[in-house]
Amino acid sequence: MSPSDTPENTTAPGVEGNAADAPLIVFDKVVKRFGDLTVLDHLDFNVEAGERVTLIGPSGSGKTTILRLLMTLEKVTEGHINIGGEPFSHMPRGSGLVPASESYLRQRRKSIGMVFQQFNLFPNMTVRKNIMEAPVHVLGLSKDEASERAAELLDLVGLGDKIDAHPTQLSGGQQQRVAIARALAMRPEILLLDEVTSALDPELVAGVLDVLREVAETTDITMLCVTHEMGFARDVSHRVLMFDKGQIAEEGHPDQIFGDPREDRTKSFLKSVLENGH
Amino acid sequence: MEFVISQWPRFLDGAWLTIQLTLGGIVLSFVLAMFFGILGTVGHWLPRAVATVYVEVFRGIAALVVMYWFIYALPLATGFQLDDMFAAILALGLNLGAYGAEVVRSSINAVPKAQIEATVSLNMSWLQRTRLVVLPQAWAQMLPTFGNLVVELMKATAVVYLVGLHDLSWVADDLRRLSGDTIPVFLVAFALYYLVAQVLIFCVRLLERRANHKLGRTPPSGGGLIGLLRPPTVGTKVGMAK
Amino acid sequence: MSGFLDFEYTGQIMPDLLGGLQITVQATVIGYAIALTLGLLIAVVRRVPVFGSLLHFLMEFIRTTPLVIQLVFVFAMAPANFSPFTIGVVVLGIHYAAYTAEVYRSGIEGVAKGQWEASRALSLPTSRTWGAVVLPQAIRKVIPALGNYLIAMFKDTPLLFAIGVVELLAVAQQVGSRDFRYVDTFTVVGLLFLVVSIPSAILIRRLEKRYVAV
Repeated sequence: MSPSDTPENTTAPGVEGNAADAPLIVFDKVVKRFGDLTVLDHLDFNVEAGERVTLIGPSGSGKTTILRLLMTLEKVTEGHINIGGEPFSHMPRGSGLVPASESYLRQRRKSIGMVFQQFNLFPNMTVRKNIMEAPVHVLGLSKDEASERAAELLDLVGLGDKIDAHPTQLSGGQQQRVAIARALAMRPEILLLDEVTSALDPELVAGVLDVLREVAETTDITMLCVTHEMGFARDVSHRVLMFDKGQIAEEGHPDQIFGDPREDRTKSFLKSVLENGH
Repeated sequence: MEFVISQWPRFLDGAWLTIQLTLGGIVLSFVLAMFFGILGTVGHWLPRAVATVYVEVFRGIAALVVMYWFIYALPLATGFQLDDMFAAILALGLNLGAYGAEVVRSSINAVPKAQIEATVSLNMSWLQRTRLVVLPQAWAQMLPTFGNLVVELMKATAVVYLVGLHDLSWVADDLRRLSGDTIPVFLVAFALYYLVAQVLIFCVRLLERRANHKLGRTPPSGGGLIGLLRPPTVGTKVGMAK
Repeated sequence: MSGFLDFEYTGQIMPDLLGGLQITVQATVIGYAIALTLGLLIAVVRRVPVFGSLLHFLMEFIRTTPLVIQLVFVFAMAPANFSPFTIGVVVLGIHYAAYTAEVYRSGIEGVAKGQWEASRALSLPTSRTWGAVVLPQAIRKVIPALGNYLIAMFKDTPLLFAIGVVELLAVAQQVGSRDFRYVDTFTVVGLLFLVVSIPSAILIRRLEKRYVAV
């Protein structure tokens, strides 16, 4: 799939159940507040299956919160999130919806994976174990299957020789590539990428982005990506959402957003990013 | 001095009982500390309240008082007589377990939140997260204070001589009465306690080193078993300092 | 079953028990005063080269051997004109000084090197450097840690029973064997311990918040 394909032309492989033309992810008037601070303000947006969406915007504009809501690391204050046509932030009870319980979330978030800014590898495990642990214990794979999967994925991210290394022996870029492999080992339908290169030394950024380009080109995983790497966003994503103050300030095809931004807020944001040397 | 040498087997018998009490206390207090420590980190208020009650009650009452209660009051209250040795281990274990539970709880809470978030992103259950990620990481943090607690436990075993168990302290007091050689008798007893303490500290250090190695940390003082023989870190009486 | 906690009976024995508690509290307070002063002295003297190392070893020895046998040892060695209470309090104080010395030490080591250098730059005499600059800063930081030892000490006073001090546990033992009513006596002793130690623990936590925040 090339980025110029419009998402409407692609079917939504891997999405089970509901009507194939329904959006995979739906945010319905989502509000998120931390105390008095409103981070997301009645946010509405959809993501199609197989679509790759980049979220940009100044810090504090709520982009990371969107990923954290999808990963169930935060709970919505108001509004609903649906995934695959079924409630996600809430669950059906009787005729209405109530906030989702932990066991409901465990069922529903199976298809979602996340890569974090700070990698968050488990320091008490080798690289192999980091990748194998969840497939074995959560998906119920046999150790041999999981180990094989770990080896394949490490080859994909170019770290086949580091399988028995310890996370502390790896560079930040290598750790992040392991974290990508770890997320992929769960065979997610949706992959959330939260500023995955922000914590890296500049010379290590390219290696990680190359891996993600490869993932984008060879799979149909739906990707939501918060990043300041505008070149990467342009190459990989189908759509760019510009956030400001908890709302979408502008959205469009990457060529349009980066080449011909219409909103002043987008223009000034892009300008500030360029000035900071990205 | 010759008297002391001639009584060597009795010292060893006493020391052996002290070691048995210490090991029994370690096992019991470890189980209690883990159970109530983990309970203290659960989200729901009820298990947390249960853990708090256990910790506050058994930290608040001297082990000796608990031991007396088990030995003198329990038979009258229930008609059920505990073996003295068992009552002693129970009292010591409950007491040190309460301190240990606090160590376990705070060590678990010290595991970075980002690690928990990673387990959520991999859809692990609470049990899987605790077993596979949280406890292995908290373990390294618990061990130094556990080392202090183990020594405190060994010291606390000496109170059993007040209820007539023939531990090292009892033997020392008995030999003193028999011979009047107070200084040599007690010096030997003190030295044996000191020795047992050093062995315990050494064992915990070995565990510590292994735990840190697993987390990919290298010991600051370099490798080698000799490095483990440095004096105890800080005199943290029964795990009070954080 | 002799029934759990007979209130009329516990009311009768309460004056005796409170008398024992008074001795317990006295022993704790005096012993703590010794521990605080002696510990500070040790922490300062420990910086003297050879003598300091010997002292350090002695303190570690005291920390790794049981208090109860230390009590019995000193009691057996002391001249007969010392009362068990005096001996008990002194031994308790020395035992805990071995701990407080370490607390003070960590506090002293926590004082920034620049403070020593500034004192030297001002040509302060050693006594002023310690008394006016280093110790006030060091002690402030370790107040909560020192407070914890007060509670720990309180819980160790029943050990004075071993050398015949008639403190709370000893009173309970006497009363209990006289009336053969151990359930009431020892349960009340346990509760009395909680009545003192839980509020103290809460107080220490407050102290902790106040001093650690600064």
